[in-house]
Amino acid sequence: MPGFSPNELSSYLIISAILFALGLFTVLTRRNAISVLMGVELILNSANINYVAFSHFASGNADGQIYAIFVIMLAAAEAAVGLAIVLAIFQIFHTIDVEAVETLRE
Amino acid sequence: MDLSTAVFYLVALITVGSALMVAFSRNIIYSAFSLLGTFAGAAGLYVFLGADFVAAVQLLIYVGGILVLILFAVMLTHRITDVEITNRAAGRIPALIITGVFIYLLIQTVRETPWAKAKEVIHQPTAARIGDLFLDSYLLPFELASLVLLAALIGAVVISRKEIKE
Repeated sequence: MPGFSPNELSSYLIISAILFALGLFTVLTRRNAISVLMGVELILNSANINYVAFSHFASGNADGQIYAIFVIMLAAAEAAVGLAIVLAIFQIFHTIDVEAVETLRE
Repeated sequence: MDLSTAVFYLVALITVGSALMVAFSRNIIYSAFSLLGTFAGAAGLYVFLGADFVAAVQLLIYVGGILVLILFAVMLTHRITDVEITNRAAGRIPALIITGVFIYLLIQTVRETPWAKAKEVIHQPTAARIGDLFLDSYLLPFELASLVLLAALIGAVVISRKEIKE
């Protein structure tokens, strides 16, 4: 494939676009709350690849990597709180189907 | 094709292939384990981009932390016998159309835009520069990040503990 090499910015952008689309597809199609969280993780990873790729090829300084580290940190916090909520929902409703969990109270 | 290009193709293939497994597998356990390939592949891409520290952080936090957390959640909430019920998909055709349009637009944008280029691409260790930036121009976000992590820690414990009813 022409233009798809480790020294091209566009090859990284295309990989991250594919990851983003797959994460979007996962979020759209899954009813399992944990699968939805996995899709969100894919999307965050694709954003991170973009940050680091632009930092390497376009700006030349380390600012993009700082943002990538912040995103990784927020993803960790999001996963911890999100999965705690999923566990709490499972204890109350005995399912984690996001369409079955519609009420705000027990 | 030299060795590094071949390794790059391999890493890209692993990343995209496991992401496909995550998106299309019917079994949530396979989805969760496929995330390992995606996260590790992204770390490989960071190595190709000269971001050694970010690659190490990716391996430590994503593979060592978030993936284990997701696997724990899957094991704790998932009844092994009814795999299909807990991971069924809804509305695949509309989602495929939306995703297809989206990826077409993204790839066209990537191909048509004249991206800015740095004067020279540098390869040198980044940990020292990142440390300097964290304690210099990004000091406030850095401190806020520690506050967010503390709040997430306490929040996760409060949400997931069992309530003792008097």
